[in-house]
Amino acid sequence: MNAGVKRLKNKINAITSDPKYWNNTRVMAVSLKKLIIKLFCFVVIAGICYVILAPVIGMVVNSLMSDTDAYNPMVYLIPEHPTLEKYKLAWERMDYLPTMGRNLLYSATLMLIQIFICSMVGYGFARFNFPFKKLLFGCVVVMIVIPSHTIMLPIYMTFKNFDPFGLVTLFTGKPLNLMSTPVPMYIMTVFGCGVRSGLYIYIFNQFFRGLPKEIEEAAWVDGAGIWYTYFRIMLVNAVPAVITVAVFSMVWQYNDTFYSKLFLISENIVISKKITTLQATIANVDKILDKTIQELYLDAGIVLVMLPIIIFYIVLQKYFIEGVERSGIVG
Amino acid sequence: MKKRRLTLSQKRMINGYLFILPWLVGFIVFYVRSLILTTQFSFSKLTVKATGGYDLEFVGWENYRYAFREHGTFKQVLTTSVGNIVIDVPLIIFFSLFMAILLNRQFKGRTLVRAIFFLPVILNSSAISTALELSAQMIAGGISAASQVAETMSSSVDVYYYIQLFQDLAMPRSVLEYIVAAVARINNVITASGVQIVIFLAALQSIPSSMYEVAKIEGATAYETFWKVTFPMVMPHIITNVVYTVVDYFTESEVVELSYNTTFTEFNYGLSSVFSLVSTAIVCLILVIVCGFIQKRTFYYN
Repeated sequence: MNAGVKRLKNKINAITSDPKYWNNTRVMAVSLKKLIIKLFCFVVIAGICYVILAPVIGMVVNSLMSDTDAYNPMVYLIPEHPTLEKYKLAWERMDYLPTMGRNLLYSATLMLIQIFICSMVGYGFARFNFPFKKLLFGCVVVMIVIPSHTIMLPIYMTFKNFDPFGLVTLFTGKPLNLMSTPVPMYIMTVFGCGVRSGLYIYIFNQFFRGLPKEIEEAAWVDGAGIWYTYFRIMLVNAVPAVITVAVFSMVWQYNDTFYSKLFLISENIVISKKITTLQATIANVDKILDKTIQELYLDAGIVLVMLPIIIFYIVLQKYFIEGVERSGIVG
Repeated sequence: MKKRRLTLSQKRMINGYLFILPWLVGFIVFYVRSLILTTQFSFSKLTVKATGGYDLEFVGWENYRYAFREHGTFKQVLTTSVGNIVIDVPLIIFFSLFMAILLNRQFKGRTLVRAIFFLPVILNSSAISTALELSAQMIAGGISAASQVAETMSSSVDVYYYIQLFQDLAMPRSVLEYIVAAVARINNVITASGVQIVIFLAALQSIPSSMYEVAKIEGATAYETFWKVTFPMVMPHIITNVVYTVVDYFTESEVVELSYNTTFTEFNYGLSSVFSLVSTAIVCLILVIVCGFIQKRTFYYN
């Protein structure tokens, strides 16, 4: 018995006196610390992802529920009788395909104009020297900072009685009313004052400043003019910035309610306006008077409206994050 | 007659103006002119004529006096909006910096997580967000639970007990209130910080790795590295983010709603111009103060 204890003691002594043992525990402590940090990060990230995703998941689930599921307290997250009828009716009532087509065309056209105009202005600020350049670039920053509601009233008046230099009155006798058409939005965007154009000019300016001057000089030596250099060489090199602006501009144009409300743009062009009346339409036309059930239809409608823009983002997502990192949105 | 030739730099100057011409015209027509007109409207009584034009009648400070002395909700709405900005902007900035540092580490599924964090920006349409809030309440236990919110509230965590507890520990009441407000707003903060996280991520990527190597060789701990390397290098981008956050937050605030309604449902154009101008002036003041404050403490690498 005694001998056994002695042998054990000797063994423990042998192990603890070995430097390898102490090294091992230290290694273990370090890796344990790393594991805890990793676990902490995982928990925080997963938690916040949940906060972001929960409403989306909830909406998709709700839109798939049938009427009986909605009132069954046992149903949670997985509908018992999944059905697509909510989608069918929402699709019909929103006149989905034609409206969405018009809306996408509208947003995409504006996006292309934004890219074209803002990159031009950004390039002008980045590579040319002219008097008052600092002051004018200050104006771009002012444009970013001033909330658009400050200027909404004069703009509304301008487009309600659209009459540049009295030309329209000269030909037709009275000023043109451009309200409830998308024309004002096109005009403002062409003149670099669309939805957040200031920010895009800023992004392009920073990006072009970061490109090496040698590219242009080489083009210049080879006999390219300034405009040729810009269109065929600089714009091609600015793909990261173009993608960044494309995503931002598409998403914000699609979600914009301020200007579409201000210009009273028809809901046949802007689908996000249709979603606000969907619930009322379903209540009045289809005589579904139960509020809870109405909301299921609303959820289905929202999923339908979000779908194209999410697909657009997912397709460009990888390039977008890289683009933000490479283009000078920072600094 | 001898044709006068332009020098190269003059040619480039003209081309520069040509490049920025569309924007310059737009800026003068839509911004400078509109700002002047808005100021003019705010000092007058505006009546729209049946033919389409409008008449202006100068009334001096009458509109301003009405907005501040007689209007029922303007002052209250203005203070709430500004108060929300003051509470939320620091939260959004710190939260997005923290998240950017977390997301900057290497881990599996990083692209997916980044995509998820940008999702609120995509879904940020006012019509959609109202509906989303509704369904966020509902996921707490199916739709049927929404009607039983009152019951579940009483059975869940008792917030007041904890507030009492911390108060007994002599924590200042104002700090405590800020924390409670912050926790209550966590959803707002997360959805409002999509773009900011992306900007901070880009900033973190642009820090040269040699700096971290030096810090490691000199024996700096992770804590010191953060305050001595990461934070100063990210500092310039904090200004960008503050400007972006304040402007973004303000365009969705209640003051904008109020001035929009005053224009298009009450047709009181003079008053709504006053609302817009006053709120814009306050936002600009906040921006100037905050940026001046940060700028002094900012270290510029190059």
